[in-house]
Amino acid sequence: MALYSEKVMDHFRNPRNVGVMENPDAVGEVGNAKCGDIMKIYLKIDDNVITDVKFETFGCGSAIASASMATEMIKGKPLDEALSLTNKAVVEALDGLPAHKLHCSVLAEEVIKKALQDYYERNGIEYDRSLFPDCESCEHCGL
Amino acid sequence: MHTIYADNAATTKISQRALEAMLPCFTDVYGNPSSLHTPGQKAAEALWQAREDVAACIGAEAREITFTSGGSEADNQAIISAARQGEKKGKKHIVSTAFEHHAVLHTLNRLKKEGFEITLLDVHENGLITPGQVADAIRPDTCLVSVMFANNEIGTVQPVKEIGAVCREAKVPFHCDAVQAVGHLPIDVKELNVDFLCASAHKFHGPKGVGFLYAKKGTILTNLIEGGAQERGKRAGTENLPAIAGMAAALKDAVAHMDENAEKISAVRDRLIEGISAVPHCVLNGDREQRLPGNVNFCFEGIEGESLLLLLDDKGVYASSGSACTSGSLDPSHVLLAIGRPHEIAHGSLRLSLSEENTLADADYIIEAVEETVSLLRGMSPVWRDLTEGKKPFVTEE
Repeated sequence: MALYSEKVMDHFRNPRNVGVMENPDAVGEVGNAKCGDIMKIYLKIDDNVITDVKFETFGCGSAIASASMATEMIKGKPLDEALSLTNKAVVEALDGLPAHKLHCSVLAEEVIKKALQDYYERNGIEYDRSLFPDCESCEHCGL
Repeated sequence: MHTIYADNAATTKISQRALEAMLPCFTDVYGNPSSLHTPGQKAAEALWQAREDVAACIGAEAREITFTSGGSEADNQAIISAARQGEKKGKKHIVSTAFEHHAVLHTLNRLKKEGFEITLLDVHENGLITPGQVADAIRPDTCLVSVMFANNEIGTVQPVKEIGAVCREAKVPFHCDAVQAVGHLPIDVKELNVDFLCASAHKFHGPKGVGFLYAKKGTILTNLIEGGAQERGKRAGTENLPAIAGMAAALKDAVAHMDENAEKISAVRDRLIEGISAVPHCVLNGDREQRLPGNVNFCFEGIEGESLLLLLDDKGVYASSGSACTSGSLDPSHVLLAIGRPHEIAHGSLRLSLSEENTLADADYIIEAVEETVSLLRGMSPVWRDLTEGKKPFVTEE
């Protein structure tokens, strides 16, 4: 189908790092089933570096591809680098997404931030709250 | 790759007979039916014959048929016409249902902004409404009842004849959007007591961009397109004769083979329904009995419809879904919501709509493809994990 780039279809058909993780160091989940997209991400973190990552997604092709690409982009990266990953970078790496699918890449950016926030909270690490998504104030789903 | 087209409710492949009827209209019968000369009169004759043929297929008279650009235009014109006649008498109330096609719902919305009051009947969980619901909703100021013949997503066939009787008794005009039914189910407009009935050629192996509006003798139509005197002055614009001739041929063909087609198609449908029902935690949408011969529609818990369609496409199965992602909006199908499916499972819907070209072997191939794909997507779904781990309750039975 011409709706998506070859890159998107490749990540959708062969998602990287898909699955669940035993004893993760951090977990993040965003979206809700009502609006049709949920992303969940599991991280292993060692010495401030993401050593392993797994994801699960309920959603459309571009949601699955965005999550897959995002996990590839943060694997083996230091936390501050993962934190600075933008949805724009995910879209570019996928060779673009249709306009009405851009929110899928936003979910991919947010789910990583959510997991990192979880890591900071679990370990009592101080962090700048303004850098993190706040699901309640987001009006994307219109809920 | 083995490919199976199972999206015939979206559109169909044109039939050989329809194509053969169209081709001479591009080359030999190219005149304008409004012209006085011989080529024009030849075209006028072909147009007249098409109108006779279409009328005969639904038990109407030729002059009761107005050719349009398709089902949407026909629905728009029927509703607007009834509304304009209604408001002349101070009647500005319309009864319809929550799961009509957008060609109806959006036209009603426009009338609502003009001050009309619209009652949308609730649809039962089985995808049906009752004549009693219509009777209860009719008021002294009701100027139209609009109920579809068969739903385009879940295929449920409404008790049109009984609703027609209710409308006749109450002396309220009755419009029936029969886009999914014409050519597939027997239709006799006199028996059904309809005042307006709409159809679209490409749903019964005719060409795209053409349809018709049946308006009972004596009904006053309001023009949507002003201009020349075509279609008794009720629809301006030079007639699209190739498409109209193709539609007439397709409809004749569909009506002539209706019984054998329905028998063949419903056997494939039944095999699909039986096979797909074996997938854990899925639910059939729409009544099992009162449904179109070619419609199969399921919701699967824990997955989303667009990704299901993409993977089925990879396997050569071409279907559709009512998920938000396939519509470009954030809401899933209004039809699935109208029959009470929660958002969560309405996103995971699959519609397979069949034609006489589909076989039982196709059904077996689709069942296997659906089983594999649903299970693959559930394997990566956090929603499915929560359901299977008991963190959230299932909505459907195993």
